Amino acid sequence: MSLGRRGGRWHLVLLLAAAVGAAAPAIAQTANDTFLTLLSSLAASGYAEKEQAIGQMAASGHSSTRTVLAAWLDDRLYVRPADSRVFVVKSADSALTAFELIDPVTLAPAGASPSDALEKIGTNNRLRRVLRIAVARFDLAGPEAASRLAAVKEILRDIDEPTVELLRQRMPLETDAAVKKEIETGLALAALDGTDTPARLQAIQTLAGRISADVRNRLAALTAKSDAGEFVEPDAAVREAAGKAVEKIDRSRQLYSGIETMFFGLSMGSVLVLVAIGLGITFGVMGVINMAHGELMMLGAYTTYVVQTAMPGHIGSSILVAIPAAFLVAGGTGVLIERVIIRHLYGRPLETLLATFGVSLVLQQTVRSIFTALNRSVETPPWMSGTLQINEALGITYNRLYIILFTLIVFGLLLVVLKRTRLGLCIRAVAQNRGMARAMGVGSEWVDAMTFGLGSGIAGVAGVALSQLTNVGPNLGQAYIIDSFMVVVFGGVGSLWGALIGGMSMGIVNQLLEPLAGAVLAKIAVLVALILFIQRRPRGLFPQTGRAAESES
Amino acid sequence: MSRVFAVLKADRGGLCLLGLLAVLALGVPMSVLLTPPGSALHLSPYVLTLVGKYLCYGMLALAVDLIWGYCGILSLGHAAFFSLGGYAMGMYLMRQIGTRGVYGDPILPDFMVFLNWKSLPWFWLGFDDFWYAAVMIALVPGLLALVFGWLAFRSRVTGVYLSIITQALSYALMLAFFRNDMGFGGNNGFTDFKDLLGFSLQNPATRVALLVATTALLALSYLTCRLLVMSRAGRVIRAVRDAESRTRFLGYPVESYKLWVFVLSAVIAGIAGALYVPQVGIINPSEFAPINSIEVVIWVAVGGRGTLFGAVAGAILVNYAKTYFTGALPEVWLYALGALFVLVTMFLPRGLVGLVPAGHKSR
Repeated sequence: MSLGRRGGRWHLVLLLAAAVGAAAPAIAQTANDTFLTLLSSLAASGYAEKEQAIGQMAASGHSSTRTVLAAWLDDRLYVRPADSRVFVVKSADSALTAFELIDPVTLAPAGASPSDALEKIGTNNRLRRVLRIAVARFDLAGPEAASRLAAVKEILRDIDEPTVELLRQRMPLETDAAVKKEIETGLALAALDGTDTPARLQAIQTLAGRISADVRNRLAALTAKSDAGEFVEPDAAVREAAGKAVEKIDRSRQLYSGIETMFFGLSMGSVLVLVAIGLGITFGVMGVINMAHGELMMLGAYTTYVVQTAMPGHIGSSILVAIPAAFLVAGGTGVLIERVIIRHLYGRPLETLLATFGVSLVLQQTVRSIFTALNRSVETPPWMSGTLQINEALGITYNRLYIILFTLIVFGLLLVVLKRTRLGLCIRAVAQNRGMARAMGVGSEWVDAMTFGLGSGIAGVAGVALSQLTNVGPNLGQAYIIDSFMVVVFGGVGSLWGALIGGMSMGIVNQLLEPLAGAVLAKIAVLVALILFIQRRPRGLFPQTGRAAESES
Repeated sequence: MSRVFAVLKADRGGLCLLGLLAVLALGVPMSVLLTPPGSALHLSPYVLTLVGKYLCYGMLALAVDLIWGYCGILSLGHAAFFSLGGYAMGMYLMRQIGTRGVYGDPILPDFMVFLNWKSLPWFWLGFDDFWYAAVMIALVPGLLALVFGWLAFRSRVTGVYLSIITQALSYALMLAFFRNDMGFGGNNGFTDFKDLLGFSLQNPATRVALLVATTALLALSYLTCRLLVMSRAGRVIRAVRDAESRTRFLGYPVESYKLWVFVLSAVIAGIAGALYVPQVGIINPSEFAPINSIEVVIWVAVGGRGTLFGAVAGAILVNYAKTYFTGALPEVWLYALGALFVLVTMFLPRGLVGLVPAGHKSR
């Protein structure tokens, strides 16, 4: 029965055959003949005989058995009625008029044949199960840990006496920890069905450390009551242990889903942080509310789209080009806005708010005229897509992970610019006391333009990040601007750390509340909480201290 | 009464506005009811609706000018008060439909039948009575402004912070009203109204009466605001605008002055909304959109901030332009509006009123 041993014997035979040299083709010839006979019998036989044939094929140890069985499972095993020859076809897509044939014995290409000249060798559910297990048995002995793991999982979907035996024999041979753990789970699940109470309790002990939903449901079934109100499981000790194990599994699953929620919140919060630090800089340094900030972010997102369209075939690197491009486009627009409009409105924050709102309308309409009002989708580069599966209950998508990292990098860079460069020194000086900074020879006009450019550039970069999460459209900015204003108010105007902590907590709180109350009520709850919060701390989490704070009338 | 005349004597712009309203209140009924349809003097129902709409917007702008022009509080949430008043009126109108709805339910409005609701939610009770609805029209926006203003002003949220918070309030309300299970018709809001106080809304005479009522209430609101700003309290309010801390140190309770002006302004906005709904025939959550609030501010800025009559004139002018542009050149409207924001704030800080060479300052 054991495949490992039989396979071993076959290899031994091969070795011997190689040693003997001349005898080898003859022996191989007979093995091929047996295999072929089995194959050609398939077309005419009933399901019971087919099932028998699968067993014999698996036992034959022929080197193409796995491929043929897997193809059969895939509905890619055909017979040609004209000459009763059996073929594996490369693809059985119903759109094809001719199938590419593969010889089942040598696995070499065997030409093509019109699809109506071939007949599929049918399967039924029972046969498919047999096939699945037979294929999994082959994989279980394979050299790759990943494919062994997949094979164990496949076997576990439908476990019976022979497969348990198979796993039990594999267990001491297995070297890979993950595969071993999966086999252990399988054996424990099988042991649950037994009658030996200590063994069952032992199995429950093992299973309590797992987190997969299958295991949990299996254990929960032990504690269930039948319709008549009696316990399905007669053994009270087993029932109690199973109940505890389910609780333990639920706890760890909850923990992991909590971590996942946090992660989602952090990634949404990251975008808010990027928007809010840009806003915070212009607001904190210049006392200017920039209502067009969301539209500058939108420009950044459209820049990503344009760069990607301009570099077809280089999706992976286009995003790296888009980041500086978006910074320049949005930053340049920001400088322009500052030079043309805001410069004339200093000291009149409410008027600036209105004027920049006007700018936001113009930018929106411009984008709508150029790109139409339709949403554009930006492709995610291959290296940013996919999921990092940490375990069965916790998967982290790469694009969100990269966005969090990206935010932290931008944040770090900005800190360096503000604290370590001459521009940063000037910006801080002007923020603290404009008049004094001017008196010391800081050109405040230049600083204002640069500050505004910097804040706007970061908005553009935030747009690049956002384009990886949602579609790009003319209304992109509006959706985020109110949230990011709230972040600024919550964190404290002009405080980078406030923006970071405010944005992240806003993202997490939104994510936490959403499943409880729905997206809309969550937003309202956050707003109410914010209004109550500023009762306690009117200047946010990290209020500006020093002269700048006192400058308001 | 003599005080009213004394105040108006010094208020030339206000007199012009009141005169214009009087002409409308007399001229429109004559035009619609006395001249035959098709005659050059006859106003079509479309024009009638437009004029009514502009006047409601004018009233909303008046409310914003009171709070922004005289108290220095830039509220970006007045569309919310406007819409709440509108919804209160809408609820009354929905209850009046009765069995004439598509589903013919004597009590439940159509959308509730559609959502399979069995009974009227508690907050809908009483809205079949006009006077109850009329109280609610003023009470709901007023209460919201009271609670919100009390929270905001006592913690000294000022300037742009307050603007942002009011905008967020309006935004949150919009999201809430979009929900079906709020009981306000969700996305579609209320529409398909039949009659008001027993008079069919399709009847030209009813429309004319509504318009006359709107002019009367606009005139009344104008006089209220004018008398308020010319009173002693009005002087304190202006002082708060110009030097809040100084006013506080002089011993005036700055917070309560701000709060009551804010509440009055919200009530006027609510009444404007209530007048708007039966004339336009629909109310839905998009009325809460933050951009609407900001647009009101630009009407005020265009007309002339801190003049009251300028705000009304600005609202009418900008909306006339909007009607024209969105009909003739829809692409251009947002550009025009955007440019208006920029140009008015940069070059016309006192609005169109500032262009009129005035013999003396009308403050």
